[in-house]
Amino acid sequence: MINFIKYRNLFFWISGVLVAAGIAAVLVFGFRLGIDFTSGSLWQLEIPATDANTVNTFFTSTLHIETSNVSYDSQSGVYSITSKEISDQARQQYLGELKQRFGDGVKDVDFWNVSPSVSKELKQNAVLAIAFVLIGISLYVAFAFRKVSRPVNSWKYGFITLLSLAHDVIIPAGMYAVLGKYLGVAADTNFMVALLVVMGFSVHDTIVVFDRIRENLIIYRGKEDLSGIVNRSINETMRRSVSTSFTLILVLLAIFFMGPLSLRFFVLTILVGTVVGTYSSIFIASPLLVVWQKLSERKRV
Amino acid sequence: MVKSWKVNFAIFILVLVVTAVTAAFVYPAKWGVKHSPWRMGLDIVGGSALVYQIDLSGINQKDYSAVVAGLKDVISKRVNLYGVAEPRVNIAQKGDTYQLVVELAGVKDLGDAVKQIGAVPVLDFREVQQSGQSVSFSPTSLTGRYVTNAALGFDSLSKPIFTFTLNDEGAKIFEDLTSRNVNKPICIFVDNNFIFPDDPSGSCPRVNEVISGGKAQISGSGITADVAKQLVDRFNAGALAAPITLVNQRTVSASAAADALHKILIAGAVGTLLVALFMLLSYGTLGVFACIALIMYTILSLGIFKMAVPGGFTLTLAGIAGFILSIGMAVDANILIFERSREEVKKGLSWHAAIEEGFRRAWPSIRDSNMSTIITSAILYFFTSDFVRGFALTLGLGVLVSMFSAIFVTRTMLESFLEK
Repeated sequence: MINFIKYRNLFFWISGVLVAAGIAAVLVFGFRLGIDFTSGSLWQLEIPATDANTVNTFFTSTLHIETSNVSYDSQSGVYSITSKEISDQARQQYLGELKQRFGDGVKDVDFWNVSPSVSKELKQNAVLAIAFVLIGISLYVAFAFRKVSRPVNSWKYGFITLLSLAHDVIIPAGMYAVLGKYLGVAADTNFMVALLVVMGFSVHDTIVVFDRIRENLIIYRGKEDLSGIVNRSINETMRRSVSTSFTLILVLLAIFFMGPLSLRFFVLTILVGTVVGTYSSIFIASPLLVVWQKLSERKRV
Repeated sequence: MVKSWKVNFAIFILVLVVTAVTAAFVYPAKWGVKHSPWRMGLDIVGGSALVYQIDLSGINQKDYSAVVAGLKDVISKRVNLYGVAEPRVNIAQKGDTYQLVVELAGVKDLGDAVKQIGAVPVLDFREVQQSGQSVSFSPTSLTGRYVTNAALGFDSLSKPIFTFTLNDEGAKIFEDLTSRNVNKPICIFVDNNFIFPDDPSGSCPRVNEVISGGKAQISGSGITADVAKQLVDRFNAGALAAPITLVNQRTVSASAAADALHKILIAGAVGTLLVALFMLLSYGTLGVFACIALIMYTILSLGIFKMAVPGGFTLTLAGIAGFILSIGMAVDANILIFERSREEVKKGLSWHAAIEEGFRRAWPSIRDSNMSTIITSAILYFFTSDFVRGFALTLGLGVLVSMFSAIFVTRTMLESFLEK
């Protein structure tokens, strides 16, 4: 058996630093919001033999379109131009001018335009969805642990599950803020969906371990102390926690490396969230339970 | 309760037959195409999705639904003119705001279809106010939405005439309007312009008498067959009750969409193979059963997707991605059961008893762990737009189906094929 509880402080430090970095990244960089939340146009074009700067200059000074970001993906050769709203009529005209300037190799790949009324609604829906998922999962965690009580209160399981959920979401969110800052990756509806999916997955693993702790507490009560029981439970369930996450990671990696460009950052967010979530269910959630219980017992004495 | 070997085998054969039929049903060729074929989203076949906001500010609230339904008809006719294979025109209502969603999937070259659909004109009738030298045109409440029909006809002398019919409500307004304007012109406007922009007098026919009953005709030397035909077109197209504005547009080129579809299918196949390989390496014989259950899972859930949504399920990139994720999770239940069975074997149980015990005791953690994803998917399905909905639906339904395949199907197989 590996003694996870013994080295808990090391894991707490690692997670503490990552979470602090995540929060700092979000606070300092903020998110580069997608056009579905801010309104505007996202136009993807294949433009041969040029670079992002030239394209940006052409858009701002020749076409007089206010751009907020121009990014280039070398793998597909596609430029993504985020700008103020462009009407379809104007777009046909711009396409002609682009072809004149950059040659007939210019290809229209994807065009997405969102008006302020729609983006306002999408934003509201996103906020609602996040709120409802948080409430739904909290209620569910409370429900799942309703029968567990001694020696650890059921609300402590629930609270720690939510704490590790926050941990699992903050780290990929921080990563996204960094990606937004340096690669111009936009936090759009897909990003929100990815975080919510991570929340759902994150709870999975934690519940599997806590479920075992709950079972072992009944079997080993009086024979072993809490940290021993928790450690035994982690060891017993680690293989399945890692295996269930690993199958998900396999398909995520397949989509990340071989799937379409438009899903890349969506999948990356879920991927990071899943890895972090598996880690936290083993190294953070259960040791926290032990520490908390020890603290409250010490207080009582 | 342990069922006999024969019963289990019979159930397994039944599941196998159902799966085979489903496979033919979901296969995108032959028989599968005839019965509710897959609808392809524009992100995998290319095309345009256009969302129009309907401006209902000038309309009585009680008429909202009639006006919106009329708009949908007119736009559908317009869209059909462009020879789109399977156009979809839908109304999305949120509170008091209505949106018109036009989906043109599978169109290779949209050209100016988008422009034309968006440019559907608004037609209305205006009175002429003359004070001294200045002429002004004051709008009336008679608009294109009261027009039920417009046609080209011929009078007794075989001269072309233009006739149009108004509904009952429109007829009353028209009666009032004509009674106020006998021997005066009434102007027909399209998008705040004369219906013939270069010919103001041609756009303003004179009222000869009070017209009741809602049937009117325009004739005269200016009405040639060509002009009458143009009028018919503009009246029919302009029977838009309320102005619409394009608020959301997504256009994906066919080649980019085909490329994305190709990539996601390959990624899905590779991902599934890796998962199957992992199960075989980790669990040996048990893994073989898990793989069979996984294949059945894939087929059965595709069948359920096809039947889950009335009017057809639209396959999108996000939807396929959600389904692939659910494949990665579908074996979770198997892993939990097999791991538990292994533990029980270590405790000294026979394989058969251990598997029995594994299924029984792993159930709470399978149920609990899948529930959070099902909750998330359900919330996403009800609170987001179409693009995310496909993902939420495939992920949520996928996880539900996987609980059936990983538990019921695997168990039935194990009990039919493993010796006691």
